[in-house]
Amino acid sequence: MSDAQANTSSLVALVGNPNAGKSALFNALTGARQKIANYPGVTVERKSGYLQLEDGTQVELVDLPGAYSLDAASPDEEVTRNVIIGAQDGERKPDAIIIVLDAANLDNHLRFALEVIDQGRPVIVALNMMDLATRDGLTLDPSALEKQLGVAVIPTVAVRKRGLDDLRTGLENLLATAGNEAKAVEKSTDPKANRKRAQDIAKKAIISETAGRQWTRSLDGILLHPVLGFVILLALFFVIFQAVFSWSEAPIGWIEMAFEWLGNKVSAVVPEGFFQSLLVDGMIAGVGAVIVFLPQILILFFFILLLESTGYMTRAAFLMDRLMASVGLSGRSFIPLLSSTACAIPGIMATRSISDPKDRLTTILIAPLMTCSARWPVYTLVVGAFIPAKTLSGGVGLQGLILFALFLFGMVAAMLVALILRSTITKGVNSGFLMEMPKYQMPRLRDVVLGLWQRASIFLKRAGTIIMVSTVILWVLLTYPKVPIDSDMSQVDYSIAGRIAGGLEPIVRPIGFDRDIALALIPAMAAREVAVAALATVYAIEDEDEDKQTESLRESLQGRWSLPTALAFLIWFVFAPQCISTIAVTRRETNSWRWPIFMVSYLFGLAYIFSGITFWGATALGF
Amino acid sequence: MQLDQLPLRKKAWIQDIDWAQMSEDEGKRLEALGIEEGAQVEALHRGVLFWQDPIAVKVGRMTIAIRKAHASAISVSENDESQPQ
Repeated sequence: MSDAQANTSSLVALVGNPNAGKSALFNALTGARQKIANYPGVTVERKSGYLQLEDGTQVELVDLPGAYSLDAASPDEEVTRNVIIGAQDGERKPDAIIIVLDAANLDNHLRFALEVIDQGRPVIVALNMMDLATRDGLTLDPSALEKQLGVAVIPTVAVRKRGLDDLRTGLENLLATAGNEAKAVEKSTDPKANRKRAQDIAKKAIISETAGRQWTRSLDGILLHPVLGFVILLALFFVIFQAVFSWSEAPIGWIEMAFEWLGNKVSAVVPEGFFQSLLVDGMIAGVGAVIVFLPQILILFFFILLLESTGYMTRAAFLMDRLMASVGLSGRSFIPLLSSTACAIPGIMATRSISDPKDRLTTILIAPLMTCSARWPVYTLVVGAFIPAKTLSGGVGLQGLILFALFLFGMVAAMLVALILRSTITKGVNSGFLMEMPKYQMPRLRDVVLGLWQRASIFLKRAGTIIMVSTVILWVLLTYPKVPIDSDMSQVDYSIAGRIAGGLEPIVRPIGFDRDIALALIPAMAAREVAVAALATVYAIEDEDEDKQTESLRESLQGRWSLPTALAFLIWFVFAPQCISTIAVTRRETNSWRWPIFMVSYLFGLAYIFSGITFWGATALGF
Repeated sequence: MQLDQLPLRKKAWIQDIDWAQMSEDEGKRLEALGIEEGAQVEALHRGVLFWQDPIAVKVGRMTIAIRKAHASAISVSENDESQPQ
């Protein structure tokens, strides 16, 4: 859609309480052609799409963040209010507003609807989730509601695409008759009077009310059970976690193979030299470095979106809230942090569901401390080389124990950092944990797939470009200047990165690292597991067979590193922000360079301090 | 009685809310979720293990999650007669 077209078509805003089924309605009305961006200066998402009316005209539909009131209590609500009153930076004043009401929750949702109607803008009401209201034993009279509100009311079931044609027709009529002048409406600013009005209107619209089936209540009896519910939650996430690992393994292998094949093909065609190296080692490797994250992101978000659309996600947050509260966070941080144990990138992207901005920022900042899958190759290499494969009493392997301790150490560090951040930089009243617990619903595959596609494209477009650029920069650092043919130095040693490592050596010497380690850490910025390959390069181990390479690398490390150095190296990887992709995603999700820079500095600081403590502690203990 | 002490599956009515125990935004959110004087509430579920925190409370037709810290700011009564009109 070109900008010229976008500016001439009418703008319609979709508003409503959270959990009113607004997003499902938006998806049903606009289809897959949606555009997601941020409002300028804030990390609030702007979701828009196009909607075709009967007469063939297209209107732009914008899905505003869910809100309880125009009297904003969060950045999301502020954007919603500003758009409705036409004061939002980066948004035209909407020509019409669709209010989405949860039919089963009229008295509560009508308050916000009344506030919006009182603004005097052209309004149409979508009385949504009529099926759930019926399931609850409610019989509603939309025409009575229409009379009370003084605006058109269209019953809809967004997930079944019911009532959408009526809504389009209604919107068409509204746009045809709407002048741009606000009608003079008697405004009640008193929230109490507003609530009273909402209840009165709801009473008149509800024809009859029977007990209905209480599916949600009975299910919650099991899923929110203080013990059983907790066990189910842990089991569920154990399964998801397994899936993220095992299902992604094969696709990641295919992606790596495909890019290797592509690299070989290009190498065969393009003559050796600058361009070949730029294309193969820079560009193709760079794109590969981005795509390789996709399998894990897609699998993880598939489960997250599935659980979200059933309503279970709020239950998970409910169950984990008390634990998270002990470090100043809320239950909503649980899923992003858990996801970060697979990879911090989807984890940080999943923080979008945290409504409180300070909670969200804290969660983003500690996410890299959760032990991600890319650390395992580094851990296993070093642990395998330096920790004897002893079995302790009780059949516990020492190596496994150390690996688990490293995992736990990262998690404990994350919690402690959260506690510190929450009382310093992200200080402020915790917004607590107040949220609506929606009714359980069947998941809508269509919405899940759409959400998946959107997350993937956001990652590829926004984070992907930064990841690719930084991979290319790393390539330049490692490839230039070219080592002279008669020199006996390796290319890595001779490169800019090699020289940087030389400069870093005096800095890392106090924590037991040498120049070779510093050199290996530079390419590991592309992805942590690259450290293994980088060490192999530094120690000039060239073996085609990966297993043999690891074997000889292990021997080589044993010969060169002391135990204190090895331990310090492990601790370094617990903390160090050795991953440009994470920094890129943080930049994208916080909408500024300020927080990624802060994150990198504090993580490097901690890595340095704790590696130092480990090195000197181990040395003092005579290891 | 405070809302955090209300036994499960017992209907009660909100008598009074001590707004001083929470921030302005929290107060707004509470009101928006239907927590107000005179509203009928019913505690449905309690949180995990021994903490029993937060609580899932039915307010009107909606179920909301609320921490004990906030629930303790809300006084409830099990009979409706004292409900202020």
